[in-house]
Amino acid sequence: MRSVSEDSQPSVHLEIRDLTMAYGSFVLQRDLNFTINRGDVFIIMGGSGCGKSTLLRHLVGLKDPAKGDVFYSGESFTESEPERRREILRGVGVTYQSGGLWSSMTLAENVGVPLGEYTDLTPREVSEVAGFKLALVGLRGFEDFYPSEISGGMQKRAGLARAIALDPEVLFFDEPSAGLDPISSRLLDDLILELRDSLGATIVIVTHELASIFAIGNNSVFLDAKTRTMIAQGDPKYLRDHAEHDDVRRFLRRGEEA
Amino acid sequence: MAAGEIALVDSDSATVAIRLSGDWQVRDGMPALAVLEDGMSSRSGVSKVEFDVTELGEWDSVLVTFALQVSDFCASHKLELDRGGLPEGAQRLLGLAETVPEKSDARSAEQKSSFLARVGTAAQNGWGEATGMLAFIGEMTMAVGRLLRGRARFRMVDLGLMLQHSGADALPIITLISLLVGSIFAFVGAVQLEQFGAAIYVADLVGIAMTREMGAMMTAIVMAGRTGAAFAAQLGSMKVNQEIDALETMGISPLDYLVLPRMIALCAMMPLLCLYADFVGILGGAAVGVGMLGIAPSAYAQQTIGAVTYTHLIGGICKASVYGVLVALSGCMRGMQSGSSASAVGDATTAAVVTSIVLVVCASGVFAVLFYALGI
Ligand SMILES: Nc1ncnc2c1ncn2[C@@H]1O[C@H](COP(=O)(O)OP(=O)(O)OP(=O)(O)O)[C@@H](O)[C@H]1O
Ligand SMILES: [Mg+2]
Repeated sequence: MRSVSEDSQPSVHLEIRDLTMAYGSFVLQRDLNFTINRGDVFIIMGGSGCGKSTLLRHLVGLKDPAKGDVFYSGESFTESEPERRREILRGVGVTYQSGGLWSSMTLAENVGVPLGEYTDLTPREVSEVAGFKLALVGLRGFEDFYPSEISGGMQKRAGLARAIALDPEVLFFDEPSAGLDPISSRLLDDLILELRDSLGATIVIVTHELASIFAIGNNSVFLDAKTRTMIAQGDPKYLRDHAEHDDVRRFLRRGEEA
Repeated sequence: MAAGEIALVDSDSATVAIRLSGDWQVRDGMPALAVLEDGMSSRSGVSKVEFDVTELGEWDSVLVTFALQVSDFCASHKLELDRGGLPEGAQRLLGLAETVPEKSDARSAEQKSSFLARVGTAAQNGWGEATGMLAFIGEMTMAVGRLLRGRARFRMVDLGLMLQHSGADALPIITLISLLVGSIFAFVGAVQLEQFGAAIYVADLVGIAMTREMGAMMTAIVMAGRTGAAFAAQLGSMKVNQEIDALETMGISPLDYLVLPRMIALCAMMPLLCLYADFVGILGGAAVGVGMLGIAPSAYAQQTIGAVTYTHLIGGICKASVYGVLVALSGCMRGMQSGSSASAVGDATTAAVVTSIVLVVCASGVFAVLFYALGI
């Protein structure tokens, strides 16, 4: 396992350069430039519909940029061969806004798929590791349940268990705490930090939950729907008081004027 | 009190009051704005509109909606509107409705387009449809290539489930339909053939029609409505639920993992189902022949065996195999092309059935010409 040492110079893990995202001729965001350091808990914020989920899709290669590029540890992702992309993605875990658990498989099978795909574990070992990952997110005993048989919050956690199946270096979360009660949401935050520390992973989160943003985020970017580009970047706690844009400060204060 | 009504009252030479009376509630509907429009066009020199609510009864959002319409009307006719007369609650709601910024996206402002533009768009869509279909066929061909080289991965459990779903589970409905089709053919034939005292030839008619044409065709249509639609709905809802995204980011090809088992299952089952349908159809015909026309069972069987050749049987099964590919392909293609909303899944399902049936009927035409040319 990799460890994060606090004092060492932060090294760039992901770099987004001149990224322009568009659906057909409809440009969603243009000229995004930012970097995500190893070990960061990086927050992507912005109003509803400004393109946060779409940005995640670009970062994991579900959609190709209209312009610009994404670099993983200095290596261009957009221009990589499919084989190389697969290798990069092996070190990436993703949870989805709409769950994304495979509905025809039990939770253990869901978590087992990436293990079976990328490791040489025997089926027995796969199911044991899957059970362990489910236990990590508090779903011990639910191995044989189907996604439709558990609650929405449990589905979120099961998605997380699947995302960490291969001990990824980068974890992407799309609104992990949406629909969770305050306590579960808090527990999820703790879990995310724990994963960051124990796996040495870089965490990228799309979220609106102000409490989580301030509790765990140490860097962030704010996408604006009106100007169609990023209008702030930095530590969210700093941005709350010192962001240049009123909109950013208002967002981080739930609409109250700064 | 009575349902809401409006009347125009001239307050002074330049001001018109809209008198609201009765109950203004959703269940009673909304009075038309036409009274105001007509009233205004017959007056001249009016510059101000106000509300008179002295006779207003109960009201709810209908009143506010109406006031919004009046407000739009006044804005477009350059009239001054005094809302002071409205109940205070209605004024506040009106204020709220107007402060929410309207979504001014270019896309939301869908303008009425000219006929030419619509034709152009339709042509572009048609072209996009065709290229989408070709692309899917290309990708499927590559997936089948991977399968043949043993490099495609999917779960055997899924394949088993799909085989059961598109094979055994379909037997009852196939039985019913084939039995009916067989007996309908027998009835239709019997009426004509009995006139010549050639009732026994009903066996030939049913046997050849079922094996050569109808067995394959009816199976294909049942499977299009049953299994093709199910494929589209399953894949479509997986798309909505981002299950397909999850596969892709895990470096697993959804085509290999989801589409191949479905294609294999249906393609493997169609010839078998067709054979079964042929058999059941002939039974249906026999039931009519024996029960109604009084043909001896052994004679009917003898006549059928004499009429149905291997060429007919194999020709029909070839057709069924091709139809199977078409139905599976359209079902999976529409599912994978589905948009990501619940209604898009419904559309995908409909499109899957329509596409499969159109393709099957076209293929049947091609086969007819081909078999004729080959003298089969
Ligand atoms: N497949 C698509 N085709 C066309 N437009 C799309 C598509 N998916 C999303 N959009 C548009 O892109 C915009 C951004 O969508 P996205 O899902 O990235 O928003 P978001 O920032 O994640 O919003 P939320 O916070 O509500 O999840 C939306 O306006 C949406 O209409
Ligand atoms: Mg989103």
